[in-house]
Amino acid sequence: MPLSFLNLYKGCYVVTQVDLKALVSLPDERGHFGPYGGRFVSETLMAALEELTETYQRLWQDPEFIAEFDRDLKHYVGRPSPLYHAERLSRELGGAQIYLKREDLNHTGAHKVNNTIGQALLAKKIGKPRIIAETGAGQHGVASATVAARLGLECVVYMGEEDIRRQALNVYRMKLLGATVVPVTSGTRTLKDALNEAMRDWVTNVDSTFYIIGTAAGPHPYPQMVRDFQSVIGREARQQCLEQIGRLPDALVACVGGGSNAIGLFYPFIEDASVRMIGVEAGGLGLATGQHAAPLTAGRPGVLHGNRTYLMADDAGQILGTHSVSAGLDYPGVGPEHAWLKDTGRAEYVAATDEEAMNAFRMLTRIEGIMPALESSHAVAHAIKIAPTMSQDQILVVNLSGRGDKDIHTVAGIDGIEI
Amino acid sequence: MSRISGCFARLAAANRKALIPYITAGDGGLDLTVPLMHALVGTGADIIELGVPFSDPMADGPVIQLACERALAHGTRLADVLEMVKAFRAQDEVTPVVLMGYLNPVEMMGYKAFAEQAATAGVDGVLLVDMPPEEADDVPALMQAHGLDLVFLLAPTSKVERIEAIGKAGSGYVYYVSLKGVTGSAQLNTAEVAERVGFIRQHVSQPVGVGFGIRDAASAKAVAAVADGVIVGSVLVNKMAELQQDRAALLQEVPAILRSMREAMDA
Repeated sequence: MPLSFLNLYKGCYVVTQVDLKALVSLPDERGHFGPYGGRFVSETLMAALEELTETYQRLWQDPEFIAEFDRDLKHYVGRPSPLYHAERLSRELGGAQIYLKREDLNHTGAHKVNNTIGQALLAKKIGKPRIIAETGAGQHGVASATVAARLGLECVVYMGEEDIRRQALNVYRMKLLGATVVPVTSGTRTLKDALNEAMRDWVTNVDSTFYIIGTAAGPHPYPQMVRDFQSVIGREARQQCLEQIGRLPDALVACVGGGSNAIGLFYPFIEDASVRMIGVEAGGLGLATGQHAAPLTAGRPGVLHGNRTYLMADDAGQILGTHSVSAGLDYPGVGPEHAWLKDTGRAEYVAATDEEAMNAFRMLTRIEGIMPALESSHAVAHAIKIAPTMSQDQILVVNLSGRGDKDIHTVAGIDGIEI
Repeated sequence: MSRISGCFARLAAANRKALIPYITAGDGGLDLTVPLMHALVGTGADIIELGVPFSDPMADGPVIQLACERALAHGTRLADVLEMVKAFRAQDEVTPVVLMGYLNPVEMMGYKAFAEQAATAGVDGVLLVDMPPEEADDVPALMQAHGLDLVFLLAPTSKVERIEAIGKAGSGYVYYVSLKGVTGSAQLNTAEVAERVGFIRQHVSQPVGVGFGIRDAASAKAVAAVADGVIVGSVLVNKMAELQQDRAALLQEVPAILRSMREAMDA
């Protein structure tokens, strides 16, 4: 069904018809989502990306592979994750009925494992004995180390020195799982630099190594592949809405760093034109301060880490340092499909500040007894903002992408308490 | 004929190989780059690859990463690099200059503006590390329209179809990355390089430059025996890192490394 939207395309606003069927069919064979995505890497990696694309696209059509993936999601991850009606929170806010998609209940504590299960199965099929990963909050690192332990693969995780400090608990978890955690000291010592370093490892060890990218970004086929593996979130949520409520939700809300949990929730709803899709970026200390990680809300298109997408960059094209209280959102880029969903108008993107996220963390903890990850707290913060503006028969699905256990040190630190 | 093609033709006629140093523009200060370029020409550079610093140089090892950080700390922007080339051209109309860097600064300036300004400044070629031919779209035509050669990379992992396509997509020369890894990594295997360059020559008519892993006179000589150009980066940039506080010594010792390579290649 075509819809009219006001679009930003190549710098000018134009009204176009967006064919939602065409939108769902993306990326094209070159990995492009409109002008975004693609494969912007140095020549050495091109052969590996071509091999991965070919293997992935073959296996994603293979009923045996899908069955193995589904089996692991069910028996190892614990899916389906519940869709929980947060009645008390909804009542408190006095507006829309809030439903939480409980990815926090997955094995390893976040949505990340859906993707690492899928990619590790691919690594096994391709026959690579070694996997590498980058991580920000450590959730993707833990999920990678977990599947590596299970499949008997060597695992090396790159993590910024600053994030290692913020997420000591996850660092130790990865070590217990047998992974090697390599501190990254270049640049801003956060997620973007960990990604640079993982790419450098990959280019050096491309014959033996499978790179498990943790978000729906990077060179083709990663944005497509990670989205497909994460889409189980949206497929379940859609089915659960129909079963539990008897209709589709009015709006979806998810936090966006690289954007894998958000695209996983959104993708199966793209053709449902009545469902609003809202991505919440890290507003940090406030968009006006420049101390944030909100490329879709306050950035511009450019090329980084193998894809064209929205970035936080200065006028000279240098990538800017970012700030967020949550390490998992502290990234200057975003998946290319989100860039195109923004430009086509199919999804909206907003930002929540550190403070709003902290308040949401406390509110959900106290009212529902659910401690969200600081990343997911950004989505909760926006739900808290918009639920009161909606009517009581409207439905808001919030992706609770991870649990907050890993963040207790950060929260205690903000409270001035040493644990 | 472009300045780069002319250079390779002249060298071929004299039975010599091109020596191509890489330095990061703005490393050591914005006013150091042009004098250093002239000094490198003085000790044997045939073509200069001038690095445009980028905050996230994914294909580079620690030596060039740090050079980028130093250059950015001095405030070097793509527009400044173009000014440096213009200043270099005021005294040297012969030596080709190839800008080497990552796509985002060019994307931000705008491809058309970049091509116009680069041509006006006297740039001869452009190598964008993270722009394979598949993503180049109309960039090759734009560069050609402004008389700029577009140089592409080839890697040990490149399959024959890609080697042929890349040979057709670019001009000036192809840059063969001699090993799987980042700049400044391990020693190169000269026998393997010889075999690969021989294979590339069967499919590409452009001159073949070889870079990554060339760190002394002996490896430069070995590569010169099989390739048309020898590209040297990290060993020079590493010396620049050591001599940041002593400009006079830097302007002596960095070109001296190049001289030792030139002498070995020409011997």
